[in-house]
Amino acid sequence: MNLALADIRHNLARFLMTSVGLGLLMGVALAMVGIYQGVVSEALALSRSMRADLWVVESGTRGPFAESSRIPGDVREIVARLPGVVASGGITLQTVEAASTRGPLRVQIIGFEPGRPGGPQAVEAGRLLGGSRYEIIADARARLPLGSTIGIGNDLYTVVGTTRGLVASGGDPLIFMSLKDSQAIQFQLAPPAARRAIAAGGGSGGTDTVNAVIARLADGADADKVATLTTRWKHLSALTDAEQSDLLTRSVVNRARVQLGIFTVVLLFVSAVIIALIIYTMTMDKLREIATLKLIGATDGTIIGLVLQQALILGGTGFVSGVALVFLVRDGFPRTVELGPEEIAFMALVTTGICILGSLLSIRAALRIDPQQALGG
Amino acid sequence: MSKPLVDLANISKTFGTGDTVVRALDNVSLSVGAGEVVGLKGPSGSGKSTLLNVVACILAPDSGRFEIDGEAIWDGSYRISDLRRLRRERIGFIFQFHNLLPFLDAVDNVALAMTLAGTERTAARKRARELLDYLQVGKRADAMPSRLSGGEAQRVAIARALANRPRIILADEPTAALDSERARVVMDLLRQVAVEQSAAVLVVTHDEKIFDRFDRMVSLRDGRIESAT
Repeated sequence: MNLALADIRHNLARFLMTSVGLGLLMGVALAMVGIYQGVVSEALALSRSMRADLWVVESGTRGPFAESSRIPGDVREIVARLPGVVASGGITLQTVEAASTRGPLRVQIIGFEPGRPGGPQAVEAGRLLGGSRYEIIADARARLPLGSTIGIGNDLYTVVGTTRGLVASGGDPLIFMSLKDSQAIQFQLAPPAARRAIAAGGGSGGTDTVNAVIARLADGADADKVATLTTRWKHLSALTDAEQSDLLTRSVVNRARVQLGIFTVVLLFVSAVIIALIIYTMTMDKLREIATLKLIGATDGTIIGLVLQQALILGGTGFVSGVALVFLVRDGFPRTVELGPEEIAFMALVTTGICILGSLLSIRAALRIDPQQALGG
Repeated sequence: MSKPLVDLANISKTFGTGDTVVRALDNVSLSVGAGEVVGLKGPSGSGKSTLLNVVACILAPDSGRFEIDGEAIWDGSYRISDLRRLRRERIGFIFQFHNLLPFLDAVDNVALAMTLAGTERTAARKRARELLDYLQVGKRADAMPSRLSGGEAQRVAIARALANRPRIILADEPTAALDSERARVVMDLLRQVAVEQSAAVLVVTHDEKIFDRFDRMVSLRDGRIESAT
């Protein structure tokens, strides 16, 4: 007979209440792990969506995400002619406060040339951008339905397609538009400023500037070699996609990662302490029963099994409650909570470890219970 | 005369040190034979519980010789695990407040003692039901301890004590929580078991209404045997 299960059945209501309480705590710890993963995933979402093999940016910068970068738009033609490059396209990136019907909406705009690298690979609804101007593809996180319009700068843009899961490293939803539209928003001077620039003899300035040119390479092409070739032009430098991903996770979101990581560790430590206290209380509540078991000849293994199994069952039910809680509420979080099978398995292992560690104190206490206590001293 | 099942010779036990030393047992000698029911009485602090703990193999005496069924205990040949096995297989315990595990029903409380000793669960439950029937609480076999009356719970506790067919039964105030009639029934049961299973029964009690149920009544005072009648 399983004493741990029998005791749990006997105090089922109390056990379930404890499990739910522990589940809330585990839910918070799991959510932190999910947010941690989400930050990394969001940081890489944009670069992954573009499927770039090479990022050509302004010389001496590590743009366009970690640092500002501006290069002439015609660099894409230079890059396109490099050996091993099969496609290239200029892109712009800028964060703006757009005016939607629901109020100001913070988004990151990606300008790209339809038909060239830089845009989304597919849309969830609607269509990809054609040749028309003032059209955008918005991520679902922006909550802009197909056909709706938002104001950016002095113009209105119509949503013709939607994507899912494409956000910037800061969590802002991505909006894709044609390069011409994005260049106008980013580089075109407002009329008074243009008039002043002309008056000063500088002209209104050209707008064919991009933040980066991305390139796709032929199968088998060596990205490092092509990147080295790019540096022949002194105003350019190049990053491979691996370098860009490394930069995004190590530099752009590093502090957020570390902060979340430390907080997760603290939460796990708190969980361990709470589990240890709960198990200890549950064990001490059975002091007389354990003394009786020892008196009638129960082995240490029986006593250890009783405490350890209860700790693992408690941890297990708390963990399952926590996972269920996270999956119930994660869509309500403003940023991505990414909790996949790997993270869940990892946390299950951590929880098992915490339960075993947390029960050590109780096991020690249980083994020290004097069987004389069953006889009334 | 056959060798006694429980044989204590010149057992002494002290607690504390220096000025606070308490001599709980002082050269106590006592033998209990098979089929014999012996009562142990005395005022609080007289050494009854200490003596019971020594016989229960959970407290080592400072000096003296203690044998169970001819085997010397506490002479260094028994390890803690051996003593547990000894308790499992040869000693049955009955407590003042029955000490049934509240999370097991009556039949599992009895079967537990057997499964701890290695009996397969189905066989243990079968024998547990037979014991409960024997002690006339068979119809309460599936009841949880909280649903049992004091008398029923004590019978279940006796069934548990008898589960592994022990040669020695130790009872600590087994009738303290029972009325006179039920107390006599419990004592009659213990006597019946002592006779039928050739067991030695040692009962610590203050309960004067059952003093006439013992073959011998041993009186302790200040750690010494004051009288044995």
